[in-house]
Amino acid sequence: MQFFFEVLIAGLLSGVMYSLVALGYVLIYKASGVFNFAQGAMVFFAALTAVGLHDLGLSLWVAVPLTMAVMVVLGLVTERIVLRPLVAQPEITLFMATIGLSFFIEGLAQAIWGANVRGLDLGIDDVPLEWLLDHANMAISQFDLIAAAIAAAMVAALAIFFSKTKIGRALRAVADDHQAALSVGIPLHHVWGVVWAVAGFVALVSGLLWGARNGVQFSLTFLALKALPVLILGGFTSVPGAIVGGLIIGASEKLAEVFLGPYVGGGIDGWFPYVLALLFLLVRPEGLFGEKIIRRI
Amino acid sequence: MFYREAGQFKATYEEDSRIFPIRQDRIVFAFILAFAFLGVPLLASLGIVSNYTFTAILTPFLIFSLAALGLNILTGYAGQLSLGTAAFMAVGAFASYNFMLRIEGMPILVAFMLGGLCAAAVGIVFGLPSLRIRGFYLAAATLATQFFIVWCLTKVGWFTNYSSSGVISAQKIVILGYTFQSSMSKYLFVLAVVSVMALLAKNMVRSNIGRSWMAIRDMDMAAEVIGFRPIRTKLMAFAVSSFYCGVAGALFAYAYLGTVEPEGFNLDLSFRILFMVIIGGAGSILGSFLGAAFIVLLPIYLNVLLNFTEAATGIDLPSGLSSSVELMVFGSLIIFFLIVEPHGLARLWQIGKEKLRLWPFPH
Amino acid sequence: MTKRIGEVILSFTNISLSFGGVNALTRIGFDVKEHEIRAIIGPNGAGKSSMLNVINGVYHPQQGEIVFRGKARRGMNTYESAKSGIARTFQNIALFKGMSVLDNIMTGRNLKMRSNFLLDALYWGPAQREEIAHRKKAEEIIDFLEIQHIRKTPVGRLPYGLQKRVELGRALAAEPAILLLDEPMAGMNVEEKQDMCRFILDVNDQLGTTIVLIEHDMGVVMDISDRVVVLDYGKKIADGTPDEVRANQDVIDAYLGVAH
Ligand SMILES: Nc1ncnc2c1ncn2[C@@H]1O[C@H](COP(=O)(O)OP(=O)(O)OP(=O)(O)O)[C@@H](O)[C@H]1O
Ligand SMILES: [Mg+2]
Repeated sequence: MQFFFEVLIAGLLSGVMYSLVALGYVLIYKASGVFNFAQGAMVFFAALTAVGLHDLGLSLWVAVPLTMAVMVVLGLVTERIVLRPLVAQPEITLFMATIGLSFFIEGLAQAIWGANVRGLDLGIDDVPLEWLLDHANMAISQFDLIAAAIAAAMVAALAIFFSKTKIGRALRAVADDHQAALSVGIPLHHVWGVVWAVAGFVALVSGLLWGARNGVQFSLTFLALKALPVLILGGFTSVPGAIVGGLIIGASEKLAEVFLGPYVGGGIDGWFPYVLALLFLLVRPEGLFGEKIIRRI
Repeated sequence: MFYREAGQFKATYEEDSRIFPIRQDRIVFAFILAFAFLGVPLLASLGIVSNYTFTAILTPFLIFSLAALGLNILTGYAGQLSLGTAAFMAVGAFASYNFMLRIEGMPILVAFMLGGLCAAAVGIVFGLPSLRIRGFYLAAATLATQFFIVWCLTKVGWFTNYSSSGVISAQKIVILGYTFQSSMSKYLFVLAVVSVMALLAKNMVRSNIGRSWMAIRDMDMAAEVIGFRPIRTKLMAFAVSSFYCGVAGALFAYAYLGTVEPEGFNLDLSFRILFMVIIGGAGSILGSFLGAAFIVLLPIYLNVLLNFTEAATGIDLPSGLSSSVELMVFGSLIIFFLIVEPHGLARLWQIGKEKLRLWPFPH
Repeated sequence: MTKRIGEVILSFTNISLSFGGVNALTRIGFDVKEHEIRAIIGPNGAGKSSMLNVINGVYHPQQGEIVFRGKARRGMNTYESAKSGIARTFQNIALFKGMSVLDNIMTGRNLKMRSNFLLDALYWGPAQREEIAHRKKAEEIIDFLEIQHIRKTPVGRLPYGLQKRVELGRALAAEPAILLLDEPMAGMNVEEKQDMCRFILDVNDQLGTTIVLIEHDMGVVMDISDRVVVLDYGKKIADGTPDEVRANQDVIDAYLGVAH
């Protein structure tokens, strides 16, 4: 039982990270109707750029803001070059374009920084938190806790940004109806630019946290892809859905790996979230919090 | 001047519904086929076409064309985006391997067929979600196929005959006592299979089943209202598409690589085949071939170009650079085509032909 | 010439349909007789299109009964209704944009085709003969609608009026017993409207096809329909011959926008 809770908590903590990345997707999807497959590549790119700059001798305090600036530029350029010409195209075309974008960004990252795995030390040790070990006899990684706390703070900030601020409201108006938003004078391109910049920021934070844990390497893109099943669970347009979905995926994948994995040879966390999401889709195609769609003709 | 259909009157609907209603097209096509079957081997015997050309360009080109054709049926014709193509190829390859391994005297072509049928069955199972979801929801679901199948083949030892490294060695291709050993004979074998299957695909897409796929793709409600059954139509697309991918996977293992592991059929391969479809032209048989040619040749030319730059400038480029540049070029091309010509090279070809028809007069 | 209007082929009692809070149809009842042209009119949002969607099984009413060819049922289903000879066109053109005119019309014949996909793949013998036979039928429709010159054009490239015509062609290809037309003349100029009227009348006349027609152009409705049912806010407010309907006070009020 003890062990079960340890696994569960570790799963939930990693789930917070999924929630964060998933929110990056939701933001872009709500604002521009694009399902941004390149989010994973952006995570990789951001982490690699930050570490690359750091390895060049810059302190993290300089490297990270600099990377942020790069991510904003990347977001704006993407908006201008890829999305604007494709506006009003079918969603699936935009989706495929972001697959292309993801290849481009991955290539770019490696062309600049090379393809080697790089270590990243944020100065937080990946050791069980002593206090918890003493008082509850549970081994929960200190790093995971702090990372989850940072991610949770970001998630909260984004949720507030989305529901309370002026730009957030504009964004929701855009999500509801592009044409109407245009006609009441909301500058669509500004909104999109902001959203892509925010997505870049999300990518940077998650890239740093994941990178510090597992090393900055190509497989980060696959980690970020896990946000997909999260979105299927939560619904592509729902902020609470992304949060809850992330927690469910994080927890269930860890539990499955630890308790089910040994019977089938392990490594099931690679596909378990996807299959879980797929089964879920068969029951509730619109996701946990998504709206039910009635087809009209 | 020469490409003109004037004077070619079609007296019957049979004539009008031929694959190439225009005579010049028929001639060109016959010429290409003759060249592929006879000309290329002849050039090879003269030493003009090298072994390398067969193993690194022609054979993979044909196999990828077949896989792209399979994906094109599903995505280009039936409108169901899939990111799991490589998984279906893997099923075809590993199923054929096991049929050959476990059944004494199994003819290789039958094994390929059975491998394709296994892929089709898997395709139907993983196509079931398409009945309820669409667009990128479906794309996300097909990722499940990709990851699950590769994992399964890796973890269940039986599939790889308990090979410790997970690598299988494909058996020899023997038909009626003849062993397809040389790279040229393998090329001819693949060429024959691909030609036949491309013809069958062309026939399907120009008859009722093809129209049912396109109808579901373009306007599924209306398709339902005029009597196409969405369940049947979509699952049929999954089955036929996966069959094609399965056979392509078997050829990939048997006629191209020889030895292969489940990881060889990873997500990256799925994407590559998707790119062939996008660049070549979604909803076009010809496009599948053009796209495959493009994606097979591009890295080769890129490498040549990089080497040339190195030689010309005297700068030593980092060793991993060419693969990164390749990713960037692929990515940009996808975006470029989606923006500029969503129907890909096949449409450019079409436009070129129409221009030619008018040439030398501007209108 | 006297019209040979037959027995009731399709009738509705108490049909109710709602979406969330919106009552699209409230206890609607009327019938359609064989060979007649039956118009459904009413202001925007009255529930006309919803009614057609109920007839061919796109929507399933929460209440009521449909009797079609003597068989009673709660709702239709799309496949069954297509199979039993109900074809339609849509208010917002629902053609298959990526396919040619000819292919679009050929899709209308899919339920009449026997061959399976294996024969299709071989395109040989019976499959080819069947394809050609249906092609002949499709060509007849193309001739009838006078769209020979665009037969190989992808429909996405055609102007609106021609698209409407192709959509009619696709419906006709099924050789339907009942043809449902949702605003077939919307957005057309006078000339195009005249053509369309002629086609509808010819179909009704020569093939005896029963037609249920939604149309906003009162002139057209009054001219060509045998009976008219009027909906307003999901309710039936009148039903009868064009003259009766024209004289009905409720109808006049509804169209003049008198408050309820
Ligand atoms: N799929 C649907 N989901 C939700 N509401 C719907 C749906 N279909 C129709 N409605 C609603 O039902 C009501 C009737 O719509 P309907 O399209 O039948 O009207 P109509 O008479 O055809 O109007 P119009 O002349 O504008 O075409 C409207 O209020 C409409 O918003
Ligand atoms: Mg309507």
